[in-house]
Amino acid sequence: MRKTLLRLDGVSKAYPGVLANDDISFEIGIGQMHALLGENGAGKSTLVKMIYGLVQPDKGQMTLHGQPFAPAQPSDARQNGVAMVFQHFSLFDALDVAENVALGMENPPPLRDLARRISTVSQDYGLPLDPSRLVGELSAGERQRVEIIRCLLQDPKLLIMDEPTSVLTPQEVEILFRTLRQLSSEGTAILYISHKLEEIRSLCDEATILRGGRKVATCDPRQKSARELAELMVGQVLTPPERPSKPKGKVLLQVDKLSLKSNNPFGTSLKEISFNLHAGEVLGIAGVAGNGQDELLLVLSGEVPTPSAQVRLRDEAIGHLGPNARRKRGLASAPEERLGHAAAPEMSLTQNALLSGALAKGLAQGGFIDWGRTERFARDIIKRFDVRTPGPHVLARALSGGNLQKFVIGREIELRPDVIVVNQPTWGVDASAAAFIRQALLDLASAGAGVLVISQDLDELLEVADSFAALNEGRLTAVRPAKGLTVEEIGLMMGGAHDLTPVQEGAA
Amino acid sequence: MIRLERRKEPSKFWRIANPFLAVVLTMLAGGAMFAALGKDPVAAIRLIFFDPIFSQTFGSYSRPQLLIKSAPLILIAIGLAIGFKANIWNIGAEGQYIIGALFGAGVALAFFPAPGWYIFPLMVMAGAFGGFLWAMIPAILKTRFNTNEILVSLLLVYVAERILAAMALGLMRNPDIPGFPGSRDLRRYEAAHNAELIANTGIHWGVVAALIAVIFAYVMMTRHMLGYQVQLAGQAPRAARFGGVSPARLVVICLGISGALAGLAGMFEVSGPGGQVRIEFASGYGFTAIIVAFLGRLNPFGIVLAGLLLGLTYIGGELSQMILQLPGAAIQVFQGMLLFFLLALDFQTNYRLRLTRGMRI
Repeated sequence: MRKTLLRLDGVSKAYPGVLANDDISFEIGIGQMHALLGENGAGKSTLVKMIYGLVQPDKGQMTLHGQPFAPAQPSDARQNGVAMVFQHFSLFDALDVAENVALGMENPPPLRDLARRISTVSQDYGLPLDPSRLVGELSAGERQRVEIIRCLLQDPKLLIMDEPTSVLTPQEVEILFRTLRQLSSEGTAILYISHKLEEIRSLCDEATILRGGRKVATCDPRQKSARELAELMVGQVLTPPERPSKPKGKVLLQVDKLSLKSNNPFGTSLKEISFNLHAGEVLGIAGVAGNGQDELLLVLSGEVPTPSAQVRLRDEAIGHLGPNARRKRGLASAPEERLGHAAAPEMSLTQNALLSGALAKGLAQGGFIDWGRTERFARDIIKRFDVRTPGPHVLARALSGGNLQKFVIGREIELRPDVIVVNQPTWGVDASAAAFIRQALLDLASAGAGVLVISQDLDELLEVADSFAALNEGRLTAVRPAKGLTVEEIGLMMGGAHDLTPVQEGAA
Repeated sequence: MIRLERRKEPSKFWRIANPFLAVVLTMLAGGAMFAALGKDPVAAIRLIFFDPIFSQTFGSYSRPQLLIKSAPLILIAIGLAIGFKANIWNIGAEGQYIIGALFGAGVALAFFPAPGWYIFPLMVMAGAFGGFLWAMIPAILKTRFNTNEILVSLLLVYVAERILAAMALGLMRNPDIPGFPGSRDLRRYEAAHNAELIANTGIHWGVVAALIAVIFAYVMMTRHMLGYQVQLAGQAPRAARFGGVSPARLVVICLGISGALAGLAGMFEVSGPGGQVRIEFASGYGFTAIIVAFLGRLNPFGIVLAGLLLGLTYIGGELSQMILQLPGAAIQVFQGMLLFFLLALDFQTNYRLRLTRGMRI
């Protein structure tokens, strides 16, 4: 047994109305890779915030190196060798790498020395990074390296990483993992928060699993299957989505050389995107965030018009039509951003049911809204899609991510569309809600609809998709059958290897 | 240390309480201002807020004035509130009010001195159309060239004021009284006169129109898709686009409605209480209506209450000029303070202050 670095003993934290952490105890050894697993709302972030000094526990003690450890603020934690890389980066686009690193340090050395140290550390740990580049030009993976190096320069004993791989390509994940393993072998402990089970199984030697604010288990993740871990997390037996294999139906949605110049300087232009979506097919589109996913959804939902022939629904050119005209013709969509795009945060669920259902469901006659029918529609969605909420009068923003997502996807499915386009359907959604949503999409496909799933979660795509393509800098790779694809091939497709065309199309 | 904390839900209590609190604070601050001017603050406040209704000596004169002053404020504020809900900021209602008055008066002067029941309805339509047309300038510039409607509509007020002056001195000047600016007095032209409907109440057609507008606005905002789309666009513009709302269409509709209502208000004023096209015809109703809309929480019935209150300050302001020799600008300062306090207080609708132990994040 290794020597203990950090020990938590009966730590509790209550917020008004919720017990975020209830009597949690576990240990992290020196140099250990320790995973913290749990659904959204299980209490992971409260727990790490206490370790990092952002929040103070109500009860319980922490000890570091056998000494009492009660950081009142993050700088206390940093002085004691605890560092953290957040899921959302706090970097300034207009400054270069070295300047950004200096901003996060207590006593930054002169910039020239700092730049040299950054280069040294980045070489030592295999994290290629040029200290003089502007952060605005860096990819998500490189930005994360800036944050990691900022931490490493303080020589941490414990590095907390909050869902670090959600923004990375498989290749970048490999680089990150190599670095983390090296750190661990040099004696830096890593507390790794994730809900990607395969990652944890390959990386960590101990895992603490939280559910509803309580610790349910500490185990060796390599001794458990991903499914066992997931069941510990959600506290119930999971059934993988069922999918009887079926022959491809006729073409429902046809996208032909679709190009769109982004009018947003931070957006991605779409370049000659072509694919067909068949009846009964689930087409998965992978890609790292910011490669044109949002733009693709906007042109398919009708929020951004295109030349009419570039998008065809059942052979009718619909590129020029707006969202409601498309809904009437049987094309529904669910954007990634639930609050503010797929739903209005300050409006009730009834009002939000009207958002896409008004015309398609005939909830407004001659412009006058039938609130009674709208409320029944909202109730139906809540019931059929197991949305946990006191009722349809609740504001959308009061729902948890998973419940609101079930409501949004449910609303679109209730329109009985022939084609549905969803972007990140289970992003930030807990495991049981995610399984429910995936199953609902698969049911829709087996009833003969075409389903287009845009997602950054490869496991999700491999689970639901019949065929597969990837977006990279606004280009779409050729569509390949999902069966038989390896994660390496997918990684290459996401990284922009467009020559991976299927054999029947005669690639060079 | 004091820390700001966003409330989970906006406080319903403060939403309702803040307008009342703002009135109280305005009275206090206004009293302080009057004291600094060397006037008795209690007497001044009483003169502005209570005497117009309750005074024995001049109550019979000023009571009917209340509806006369409030009706245009309510009519304009109803239209502005619809736009404000959609985050479309028509600040130039004053200009639309002027152009509406000119269109209405223009019709009347064109028919003078012919009798005819149809003249007044024609004036009503012309007034609404004039205001609508003036509001279409910022609307079209915004939808075509993405200009800022706040600036364009505001600057067009000054253009409208120039046109008003030119009309009063030129085209619409009364030819029977040479040498004096200003048009014929429409109150003396029966077919065009927006007369008091019930004697000594101040109720004229503009009051009726304001009432109808309040009911229409209420029905539209609660029962009609257009009202839903307006709220959607204001609260979550991306969700509105997802819901198939065309932002350009909404800009035209919202500016059109508020322009037409402001034009109507101008027309009712020029054909009734105002009486004639004069250089000093515009009295700031279009700007004060912005305060009315916010003080009434953009709610049609709230706007009625706020309109009555601000109407009161108009009358009280005139009285305090006459009796206490307060400067005319004092009442504008007063109205401005009301909006200022309301906006400041609204902070606590969404946030609360919390005392924390010396902690830093």
